[in-house]
Amino acid sequence: MSDVKHIKLPDGSIEKQTTTLNLGPTHPATHGVFQNIVEMDGERIVSSEQTVGYIHRAFEKIAERRPLYQITPLTDRLNYCSSPINNMGWHLTCEKLLKVKTPKRVDYMRVIIMELARIADHLICNSVVGVDSGALSVFLYVMQYRELIYEIYEEICGSRLTTNIGRIGGFERNFTNTAWTKLDKFLAEYPGVLKEFENLLTRNRIFMERTIGAGPISAERALNYGFTGPNLRAAGVDYDVRVHSPYSSYEDFDFTVPVGTTGDCYDRFLVRNQEMWQSLSIIEQAKQKLEQFKGAEAEVYHADIPEYYLPEKKDVYTKMEALIWHFKIIMGETAMPAGEVYQSVEGGNGELGFYLISDGGRSPYRLHFRRPCFIYYQAYAEITKGAMLSDAIITLSSLNLIAGEMDA
Amino acid sequence: MALTNEFIKGKLTEKFGEGVYSFEEPYEMLTFESHKDDNLKVLQFLFDDEDLKFQFLTDICAVHYPDKKGSELAVVYHLHNLVDNVRIRFKVFTGIEQPDVFSATALYQSANWMERETYDFYGINFVGHPNLKRILNVDEMDYFPMRKEFPLEDQTRIDKDDEMFGRGGSIW
Repeated sequence: MSDVKHIKLPDGSIEKQTTTLNLGPTHPATHGVFQNIVEMDGERIVSSEQTVGYIHRAFEKIAERRPLYQITPLTDRLNYCSSPINNMGWHLTCEKLLKVKTPKRVDYMRVIIMELARIADHLICNSVVGVDSGALSVFLYVMQYRELIYEIYEEICGSRLTTNIGRIGGFERNFTNTAWTKLDKFLAEYPGVLKEFENLLTRNRIFMERTIGAGPISAERALNYGFTGPNLRAAGVDYDVRVHSPYSSYEDFDFTVPVGTTGDCYDRFLVRNQEMWQSLSIIEQAKQKLEQFKGAEAEVYHADIPEYYLPEKKDVYTKMEALIWHFKIIMGETAMPAGEVYQSVEGGNGELGFYLISDGGRSPYRLHFRRPCFIYYQAYAEITKGAMLSDAIITLSSLNLIAGEMDA
Repeated sequence: MALTNEFIKGKLTEKFGEGVYSFEEPYEMLTFESHKDDNLKVLQFLFDDEDLKFQFLTDICAVHYPDKKGSELAVVYHLHNLVDNVRIRFKVFTGIEQPDVFSATALYQSANWMERETYDFYGINFVGHPNLKRILNVDEMDYFPMRKEFPLEDQTRIDKDDEMFGRGGSIW
């Protein structure tokens, strides 16, 4: 007779009948730094609890010490898959506060950049849904085309991921010929790639069975949970900030707002794919509109607001007036109106809002970011309750959660 | 009928009389205040009324005004009527000694984390919140960092050893 030694288990763990599983904070399935503590009965999720805040960097506090133009790099780091949208949203907020009217050409140039960013964002999200359902090749394949977008950013502003693109009132410089060439190359190549991407996944039997019915949410619940962007539209609500509160001359463009019905992973996938087609069409329209500017108008790339727009360096060194403005802007000598504004833009994953209170000082009195994925991630516990673990993983990636945005 | 700011203002004053005040329209968005005990009544009315239908909670955040004695903290709600596409801003002020404000979680699920965030940074105690604990900061933190009494570090301070931060010193 052997002396049997038992492993000591915590009290009540055998009676409990469920397993606690820890997903994250650094788990490949979360695609970012946040934690899910999942209580499981076999393969089914009984309940879950989310912990966020691992990469909180106190942007709202930091912004209270910075002049407006130095806050742009902070916004880069919110949704870093589509930084240009965040940057433009911030510029639009400042312009609203300062009552600056941007020229049409600037608006259209901004639209091009924002739609490119949207394509890059959706492309990552949708291909990652593919990865999590076992199709790695599409992800690797489309990376090459996101690279083309990043090269366009690089040509326009000099950086790729955290772009810090544009200035209050316009852009730091005009688009170069190389930028236009690269944009043309992208517009020529990308539709074929997107078509192929859709061919690989949209009617793929395995992909459909994995995503249809996974992580659904009704329109009513989605609204109550504060969903916006593609996730809300997949549930069947056609709310799009670009249409409802047009900014940057989006009212001049003709595009449709794709909606889904069930709000599950498959619908979110389809909505994002359709939005990429719409974005392509918007970019084409913007290009056509830009070609109509002639003469001096075709060279405008910023509003004529010397008191807020940093002058070009070569002017600072050679022209008295530019030097004065440069000094005034950098030292915070230009007048800031007191007031409070709320400006929102349609970000990669929903309504990205900026609530700015200015007391007339050189930096904001209070700045609050409405980060869409922070708000809709709280629904995750509800929409994955009773689901299989593998469905919960796909739901996580198809919600397009970006830890940087969630934690601000 | 178009849902204009005047109409919303009329509806609110008709219902609450003196209970809602400080109507303003900064940058075209109707902004008003109420007493902090009435915040749920106002939100419920805005939610339920057949003409108003402010059923989408865009945002909750707080602001700290250290100079306003007795009402140092403001809770700001941004509401959106998605049918008529109108936004409004609603504020309640509370003293910093006892910052109790009723929680809107029963009305909006989305208020849950937004209120936790507001609590985390400003210490607003949302009465009736199901799970009011810190969300972005560490649980052990015993102060509310976004309040104005915590200034950001002066960038010109010289009492720190720069070598520890990779600046100056004799790295080369």
